[in-house]
Amino acid sequence: MNFIPYFIAIPLAVAFIIAIIGKKDKGFSGILAALAAAAGAFISLAAAPSVMANRALVCGLGMARAGLGISMVVDSLSVFMLITVNLVAFMVAVYSIGYMKPCDDRWKFFALFSLMLAGMNGVLIAGDIFNLYVFMEVAAIAGYFLVAFETRAEELEAAFKYAVMGALASIFILLGIAILYSYASTLNMAEMARLFAQVPVGATVKFVGVLFLMGFGLKAALVPFHSWLPYAHSSAPAPVSAMLSGVSIKVLGIYALARIFFNVLGVSPYLSNLLIALAVLSMVVGGILAFGQSDIKRLFAYSSISQIGYIALGLGVGTPFSILGAVFHLMNHSIFKSLLFLNSGAIERMTGTKDLGKIRGIVSRDPVTGYTSLAGALSICGIPPLGGFWSKFVIILACIQAGRPFLALCAALVSILTLAYYFNALTPALFGSPRRDAGGEAGKKSWAMAAPMLVLAALSLITVIMMFPNVSNALLKGAASVLADGKSYADIVIMGGVR
Amino acid sequence: MSEYMLCLVLFSVGLYCVLRKRNIIKIIIGIGIMDYAANLFFVLIGYRDQGRAPVFAQDQAIRNMVDPLPQAVVLTSIVIGLAMTLLLVAVAIRIYEKYETFDITKINKLKG
Repeated sequence: MNFIPYFIAIPLAVAFIIAIIGKKDKGFSGILAALAAAAGAFISLAAAPSVMANRALVCGLGMARAGLGISMVVDSLSVFMLITVNLVAFMVAVYSIGYMKPCDDRWKFFALFSLMLAGMNGVLIAGDIFNLYVFMEVAAIAGYFLVAFETRAEELEAAFKYAVMGALASIFILLGIAILYSYASTLNMAEMARLFAQVPVGATVKFVGVLFLMGFGLKAALVPFHSWLPYAHSSAPAPVSAMLSGVSIKVLGIYALARIFFNVLGVSPYLSNLLIALAVLSMVVGGILAFGQSDIKRLFAYSSISQIGYIALGLGVGTPFSILGAVFHLMNHSIFKSLLFLNSGAIERMTGTKDLGKIRGIVSRDPVTGYTSLAGALSICGIPPLGGFWSKFVIILACIQAGRPFLALCAALVSILTLAYYFNALTPALFGSPRRDAGGEAGKKSWAMAAPMLVLAALSLITVIMMFPNVSNALLKGAASVLADGKSYADIVIMGGVR
Repeated sequence: MSEYMLCLVLFSVGLYCVLRKRNIIKIIIGIGIMDYAANLFFVLIGYRDQGRAPVFAQDQAIRNMVDPLPQAVVLTSIVIGLAMTLLLVAVAIRIYEKYETFDITKINKLKG
């Protein structure tokens, strides 16, 4: 189908246009970047019904004949992710117009931002494993630059550590791809999947699975590989943290991992048990480390690690119900975590500090930031009937159904832990009485910063509608069934045909 | 077989360099070496014994060629490696301006 390449082409073109004209016309760059993200969101929403009807749309680039050339595939999971990513990116881009206003070089920021969005969209529609790698690197390298954007000492340090870890991850993924290619003689994921469905799981698949688990686990910040995340996400400018924590770790880490494990290699108990072990470790360790953080962005960063654990747990358990929970939690988490990071930026602008001990009485000083933070925090803690509650509840219930009560217990305990550290940290910050010597200037926040926070807060409150049968059958079940019914990917894509 | 072994050795040298060296320039070099090893491995996969260059012309039969796909793929991968090295070196220069050292153990303003 013809619309598919636009997901990459529009943000990529915008990135280059900004890079060319940005220096002369500074106000334009932010609007262009926001428009690119909006276009992506619009196309993905408009395309959703036809993707659901056909199960997958395939676009061949430079295909002389079937199997040669580069294919791009949009199936139910891709379109679900595309909607989430582009919506969040649109909100973050609008926020950045307000947030980056004091910065003279903001056109560079928006050029890199669009490049990162192009990379992430590319990962989501790649039907070819090497293309997935290339777009992952585009998004990741733009991300390293963005973390270092303000070039203060801490940011450079964080960016260097992030970039070294990311480079290691990429090399392991490239090795995995090389071994897969030598085994399957193709880079097309559907062809590869058809081959792996026929042969029994051997040592090669296990070895490649571990390489990918290491590489994508590092990008997703699952626990033994998480050390870069608190640095990078707490040092970056607030909109970048929102992008990294909200969508980047999910697209580059979880989505790529799930796509390769479920659709290409095929899940074996060996791989899913490994994934579950990492997931439980992430949930528990991330939750415990989040306790007692004094820096608001570090708290959110550790909480991201913990919540990524939930998503990985849902995928690891591997029943259709648990995958549904994982996909739903992924969407919820992108919305409320990007909201919380945007709030942390607004709070930092207002009070001039990220130290939770010094932030007091946000609600009375700035109701918009205060109440949107409250909405995000309530949703991430899993207060019924918000979306965050339902996604965690589905994952816990699915663990019990799958006969793994221990995992369900872990997930339930970590959810209490989440409630505890958010309550502990945010209650005084939001509702405490403002300090006399509070610095900063109140109420100097532009509509560009306030509007995205309000929209994201509204979204985080209404994601619960995804649990209604009609809506969830259309979007959520379709997305989850791609993974739950992983073997059919090859047939769907090959049947979807090269047009 | 020995070329694969040497490739593994190259990879291990790079990994050792990244894990053990304290100078950030040496870490960057280590990443470069690992990247080369991975690329070399990919090219070796496409190699056929006594194979010739995969140039396709009208009068030539497709016989006894090395696999051209890994070569194309590795070309892309080398460019990505270049971007990565460029980024790391640029950040390293800025780090030196701020911290006045290349020693990774002394670059520790971030805690926890």
